[in-house]
Amino acid sequence: MKLPMRLTVNGEKYELAVEPRRLLVDLLRDDLEMTGTKKGCDMGVCGACTVIMDGKLVSSCLTLALDAKDREIMTIEGLVRDGVLHPLQRAFVENWAIQCGFCTPGMIMTAKVLLGENPSPTQEDVRQALAGNLCRCTGYVKIIKAVMAAASSTER
Amino acid sequence: MAQYGEEAKVLAGGTALLIMMKQRLVSPQYVINLKSVPDLNYIEEGQNGLRIGALATHRLLENSPLVREKFPVLVEMVRDVASPRIRNMGTVAGNLCHAEVASDPPALLMALDARVKAVSSQGERVIPLADFFVDYYQTSLRPGEIVTEIQVPPLPPRSVTSYLRFTFGSVMDKPAVSVAVVGSLKEGTNGLDKVKIVLGAVGPTPMRALGAEEALVSGDLEGAAQEAARAARPVSDVRGSESYKREIVKVLLKRAVAAALEKARGK
Repeated sequence: MKLPMRLTVNGEKYELAVEPRRLLVDLLRDDLEMTGTKKGCDMGVCGACTVIMDGKLVSSCLTLALDAKDREIMTIEGLVRDGVLHPLQRAFVENWAIQCGFCTPGMIMTAKVLLGENPSPTQEDVRQALAGNLCRCTGYVKIIKAVMAAASSTER
Repeated sequence: MAQYGEEAKVLAGGTALLIMMKQRLVSPQYVINLKSVPDLNYIEEGQNGLRIGALATHRLLENSPLVREKFPVLVEMVRDVASPRIRNMGTVAGNLCHAEVASDPPALLMALDARVKAVSSQGERVIPLADFFVDYYQTSLRPGEIVTEIQVPPLPPRSVTSYLRFTFGSVMDKPAVSVAVVGSLKEGTNGLDKVKIVLGAVGPTPMRALGAEEALVSGDLEGAAQEAARAARPVSDVRGSESYKREIVKVLLKRAVAAALEKARGK
């Protein structure tokens, strides 16, 4: 039994019918084919499924699709404008902050909210903000470097 | 709720319920979305202290200027809860109803003498937290009852408060052991007048350490630590063995009391 809903993702409006049990992460990945958002632990711990809903970071694996009704979602796909990478994305690439890439979209969405609230974070601020995003490849060093680099580049 | 009874579960933030559903620990036929009920998302000051609405998230508590001013220890505690994402989504009331052992809000709120207001189609009642937590994941809520509000009485003058948690891994981990201290200084001296010590995560529910409280009021910190360790009932699990956790209770108690006294005396 599907229920109709509308939501806005990366600035575009979508209308769908979803089962009550549908999760936002599955709606994004399967119904809207935006596979940038990843499913890691499926329990809100790893941060791979992080998206921005009405300006706030949420775990899309713990959000029912129907709870995203009439809301504005931003995913990693929304950061590219006319084929141009967002400064955060560019910083991750330039600073070798990506290995397998699985944690990357979640890291970037979290960093984006951090820099929106705190444009000149200290390293400690960055560590605190990213504490909820796990990476099994990099050891975090380059990720933190990339976020700091993005912060100082947007300052200019 | 009255209509569906045991077949229904209430959804607020979803951070606890959805995990339990995914693991098939609960399989409700109906999920009732509390967010469709208006006027439950608030943090206000009333005549009898703080009132936290059922839909107030951990984040709302963390950022509330009222709470920062009147109950800074609550802000200290809630900042340690999970991650910003979970704090954006999860509610404090939901956390209490979930009654998870390795969790932060229950111990501190119990030490603060908080109560919850439970409402059903048959009426409402107020339950002190000391009577609310029954066992692992079990509260004294009856079927059909929903918590609509948490009530926290005002702190006494010359209050002494702290909350410390111990995790064995990263900041994201749930507490292996926690200690909440809420008391007040004697007037004129720097000694403790009254104190409540609640130990978290070392028993099926948060627990008062009465022996420790007595020892502390008579100035015996070492004795209090021993009493607290004796009162604790930790279980050996992935966060530590039983004996290890008992040792940590001793250490944490001393640190929590020291921190609380330093803050109070410094004021």
